[in-house]
Order: sequence, then structure tokens, then C-alpha cells
Amino acid sequence: MTTTQWMRDPTAETAPLKRPRTKPPRTLQGLTIGLFDIGKTRSDEFLNHVEARLLERKLKVKRYAKPTNAKVAPAEVVQKVVAEADVVLIALSD
Amino acid sequence: MAEKLEARHRAGFLLAARKVEFGENDDPIELCFERGWSDGLPVTPPTDDRVLRMLKGTLRRPDEVVGRIPPNLAECTVEKVAINAVLAGCRPEYLPVVLAAVEAALEPVFTLHGLLATTYFSGPIIIVNGPVAKAVGMNSGINALGQGNRANATIGRALNLIVRNVGGGRPGEADRATLGAPSKYTCCFAEDESDPTWEPLSVTRGFPRGVSTVTLFQGHGVEAFVDQKSRTPEALTRSFAMSLNAIGHPKLVQSARAILVLSPEHYAIYREAGWDRKRIERALYEATIRPGQELVAGAGGVGEGIPAGRAQEMVPKFHEDGLMVVRAGGAAGLFSAILPGWLAGRKREELQPVTKEIRE
Repeated sequence: MTTTQWMRDPTAETAPLKRPRTKPPRTLQGLTIGLFDIGKTRSDEFLNHVEARLLERKLKVKRYAKPTNAKVAPAEVVQKVVAEADVVLIALSD
Repeated sequence: MAEKLEARHRAGFLLAARKVEFGENDDPIELCFERGWSDGLPVTPPTDDRVLRMLKGTLRRPDEVVGRIPPNLAECTVEKVAINAVLAGCRPEYLPVVLAAVEAALEPVFTLHGLLATTYFSGPIIIVNGPVAKAVGMNSGINALGQGNRANATIGRALNLIVRNVGGGRPGEADRATLGAPSKYTCCFAEDESDPTWEPLSVTRGFPRGVSTVTLFQGHGVEAFVDQKSRTPEALTRSFAMSLNAIGHPKLVQSARAILVLSPEHYAIYREAGWDRKRIERALYEATIRPGQELVAGAGGVGEGIPAGRAQEMVPKFHEDGLMVVRAGGAAGLFSAILPGWLAGRKREELQPVTKEIRE
């Protein structure tokens, strides 16, 4: 059973409670696309195909990976992605 | 458990603020950060039971409107003040002080919007007078301007969180401070009223003895003042003037106000000569008058300065009411402190400190 708890909003409540998602970019041209391998078997194989298709379109790609799919990404990996990539594709193939 | 159930029941009737849900696996402190409710330090999650406990600190109704908080001019109720006081870490008995601070900050002559938006260093500084200071355990003694006292730390923080959360005033948005100052997290202390020869700030500002007040000042700090050798009030005054003349820039005048936080050992030099607050403030004002030719732009090979046309004037550093002396600090140390004001008071009537009575 999960218990729902709540806090009271300290703001003037002018913004919606559910925060809107970041809008997707209009184009991928000029952006760095991060391809993030979560560490599952054959994820790299899938991402290799994606990378090849993106490179055909002259887009800029960087690869990232978690050491294992059994644990959350280490902080340094997340920080590297945040610092270097504009958009990220997180993929798994099982 | 019974208290929690009762709180949940009462909250439904008393509290109007929107509920923000979280699950049992969420860390509510982290959620407060994610929602942008924090000044950068952890906040206390404002759960119903905490907000209700906080509201017990005042006789005022939760839905009473305290005012509109800049920059967004958003309506702020007693309940919103209480929620932010919870975030800041206040105890319920601090709430009347926070409410009075908000009311003082919203007086037009305090110019809270400009103080938030300025590129300068300043923010609200709160000085508490009267019996409430002792009642809630505020510090006016050792390390009065430093860390370690919950009331000092959280009352000042609550006011800044209200501006941030209710008013929407955030650094990089409406807050355009070039550098800011650590005092923008919190700067709140009590005046030491233990010496019967000293007239408390609140009395000087028109309130009877025994009435608790907050005085809000637009400033920042702390700037250190050291004089371990002057032994007469005249020598000490000249010495203070040298440091007071340096605030903002030694060649800028009649724009910033300042608070001089007079330590017990420095005050003893004045007291033994029979000088009271009025005489000290007047003497400091006069000691900061300098020849305009030393202050004009370009003088001394420094570009900054006053217009060349004032070279023949004798120019005071402050407006006549531009200095406030407040007594605080530990018993040992020939050190005092200067809290420089915001460089925005070119017309002194437009920008003034504000004192308000603290009501339950």
C-alpha cells in the first residue's frame, strides 16, 4: 500500500502544479545528441544503428553508458551528459 | 497519532493553500529543492501539521491578506507567511515577528521591489527590539551577526523566502544582483537593551518602551571596524568616520545609509563621557563631512567621485538621518560592525528604514 502525503504550496500558485515538460527542439541541426546505453544486453547494437542513421544526416552524436543496468547511473555520468548533450536518447534492447 | 488525525481534520477547514502530493518513497526535502522553494539550503517540508502548528503562533486568521509581494505583486495571506516560516525553520512563536517584518517590507518607502531587483549587494536587514526578542530567544550578544541562533537565522530567512516564493523574486530573474551578499540568505538580530543608559532603536523611532518592534533596513554586510587604541569619544568618532566614509566608495556621498552596530566595549567609551545615542549619531554625521575637492571625480587620480561643481562645498557622507546606531555584541572586543546600506537613496525621502510594531 502506498500512502499519499502532501505539503502546502508556499508560492502564489500562479504556475500549474504539474510542471510542463521541456519542449522538444524544432530541429536537431547544431545540437549534440546523447545516445545513452542503459547497460542491457545488445543495447549497444541498437544504438550503433541509431548513431549510423543520425550521422548520415550530418548530426552530432555522443555516446554514454551506465556501467550496469542493475543500478542507477553514477553521478559523474549524469553530470557528463548534462554538460555535453542538448538532447538524449535513452535506449534499451532486450 | 491522534494529534496527526486531528491536524488532518482541522487542515481541511483552515488551510487554503494548494496541496503538493508526494509518495512514501519521495524525499520531501529534495522535492522542495526541485520545485524551487529553497534559497539553496535545505528547507523544512511544509506539511499540514507543521503549518497548523505554525499558525498557532498568531491570533490572526489564516486567510487574512498581509499584502502584495513584489515583484509579481502576488497576494500574500497569513497562511502563506506561515508556510514559508515552516520552510525557513521558524518556531511558531517567531511568526508574529515574521508577519511584522513582511508588513514593514511592504511599506512603499521600503521599496522592496527595487531592493530585490537591484544589481547592488543589499537585501532586507531586520533588527528586533522589545520583550519579544528575549521571549523567543534571539541573540543580541556574542556573535549576534553570525550563525548559531535559530530565531535570528530563521526569521530573516523566512522574509527572503516569502519574496522568493510568493513574490516570485529569484536570482537571475527579477533579482539582478551582480554579486549579492551572504546577508541575502538572512540578516536578523536583536538590539542589546540591557544597558539602561542606552535608548533602544525602537524608542528613538517613536515607539514606547516595552513595545516590541521590527526595524527593516536596506543593506548588507558585515564590514569590520577595529579600533583598540582610541580612548575618548572624539577620537573614536573620528575613527568611525574613516570607515563609514569608505562604504560603497570613499568618494561617493549622500546616497547610502548605514547602520553602525556598536559593541559594548566601544559604547563604554561614549557612556563614560556621558554621550547618548543622539549625540553619537550627530557627532558621526559631522565627522564624516569632508572637503568636496577631495571627493570630485578625478581627484586623487581616481575616476569615481562627485560632480566637479561641488569642489568648494563641505560634503557630508550621509543625509542627516542616514546613520542608525544599534547596540549589540559580546562583552569583549573593541570591534564594531558597519552594515552599509543600498546605494539608492539619492532622494532620502524616497527610501527609508521602516519600523513596525509586532502584534500577536
